[in-house]
Amino acid sequence: MRGERGNPGHTALDMLGSAGKITSSAFLHDGTTRFQKVNPMAGQDHKHEHHDHEHGSELSETQLRVRALETVLTEKGYIDSETIDQLIEAYETQIGPHNGARVIARAWVDPGFKKDLLQDASKAVAKLGYVSRVGDHLIAVENTPRVHNMIVCTLCSCYPWEVLGLPPVWYKSAPYRSRAVKDPRGVLADFETSLPADTEIRVWDSTAEARYIVVPMRPEGTEGWSEEQLAQLVSRDSMIGTRLADRPEKTQ
Amino acid sequence: MNGVHDMGGMDGFGKVQPEPNEPVFHAPWEGRVLALQRAMNFCGAYNIDMSRAAQETLPPPVYLRADYYSRWAMGIERNVVARGYAGADELAAGHALRPGMPIKRKLTPADLDKVMTRGCYTRPAQAPARFKLGDRVRMKNIHPKTHTRLPRYVRGHLGEIVHVHGCHVFPDTVAVDQGENPQWLYTVRFTSEELWGPDADPTVKISVEAFEPYLDAA
Repeated sequence: MRGERGNPGHTALDMLGSAGKITSSAFLHDGTTRFQKVNPMAGQDHKHEHHDHEHGSELSETQLRVRALETVLTEKGYIDSETIDQLIEAYETQIGPHNGARVIARAWVDPGFKKDLLQDASKAVAKLGYVSRVGDHLIAVENTPRVHNMIVCTLCSCYPWEVLGLPPVWYKSAPYRSRAVKDPRGVLADFETSLPADTEIRVWDSTAEARYIVVPMRPEGTEGWSEEQLAQLVSRDSMIGTRLADRPEKTQ
Repeated sequence: MNGVHDMGGMDGFGKVQPEPNEPVFHAPWEGRVLALQRAMNFCGAYNIDMSRAAQETLPPPVYLRADYYSRWAMGIERNVVARGYAGADELAAGHALRPGMPIKRKLTPADLDKVMTRGCYTRPAQAPARFKLGDRVRMKNIHPKTHTRLPRYVRGHLGEIVHVHGCHVFPDTVAVDQGENPQWLYTVRFTSEELWGPDADPTVKISVEAFEPYLDAA
């Protein structure tokens, strides 16, 4: 367990190179910027750095800072730890891509529902009842043999939490946020997804409070499948648009 | 502001690296940061636009170097200090040194449903919409020093209105404590060549959500 695990293969490290590792606490409390070199080898020797993470300074520093923050806010009377515990549990258990997968499976078997979903996804999903609470401004975009959709948030990490859960690290990472709008086929290749050269690719940059979910194409060879079976083929990434729905062989 | 958070179209960050069977949180502190942010939003200390704005003002090397939830933690610290909910000295000490400020409401387990559902950002229209479906628009070439949701890569470019969302809370004013100032919100679609030049893949179309103050008639 280490703090940097959230940025697999992050090249910002390399970019900073000899600037050394930055300890973030140095620029928080006084509002000014002070960079502190604690490991001049950072970015040149990843192995060495991992070693540092596991044994020491940065992870424990982050933990200590978060603990300090929680303690201060608790003692000030703004929050209580029991509620925080329950909220974390809710994020871990109530939301997730299983919700979105059920929505997509229903759309695949029920043309009336699909129409409603594409018309007003918030309303259609809320009507299903079995999916966790859905906020406003959810928009479903449908993949067809001619059009493929992909969602991104170049400015931060906007993502349809209610139907897909919390976003994966790659979705929030610089490589995805920078390239999705300029080189979507290259990004798709990183997921080993390849589309016909003449397929139109629509990239939706979520720059406001609308949230997108992609309705992937139903795979061939799934005629007569139940909604439950179909939902197994709907991966999180297929609802972001970086992959297609799984082939039926995958669940056999 | 023209910060490093505005990443659309930048080169050099490398490949996207999906992580198989990724856990919801990679360490327990990440979950605590998420929940602290939500709880502080709930009690009215600051809102989502202010959360984003605080992260955007981190020094660029810090922003790039930090992992996601560390960045959130730094944003929370900046917001609670800037808004007087805690002192920098208290965060450094790890304990409250003074009583807290009054808050609107405190999150309890009974309110979790409210936090788990996204809020509604639609507001009554203040004026008729200037644009309709199919209109050609040019994104303004503006460079606000404060928070904006107009990415650099579309500024100055021609697009087409493909969706009219209604009137929404305007993040640019909310983030600087100047109120909701609701504005019409549109989806504007661009061709790849318009944004990235003649060598761009002509099969690619890119869209952003854009508030009316970002748009000129074309």
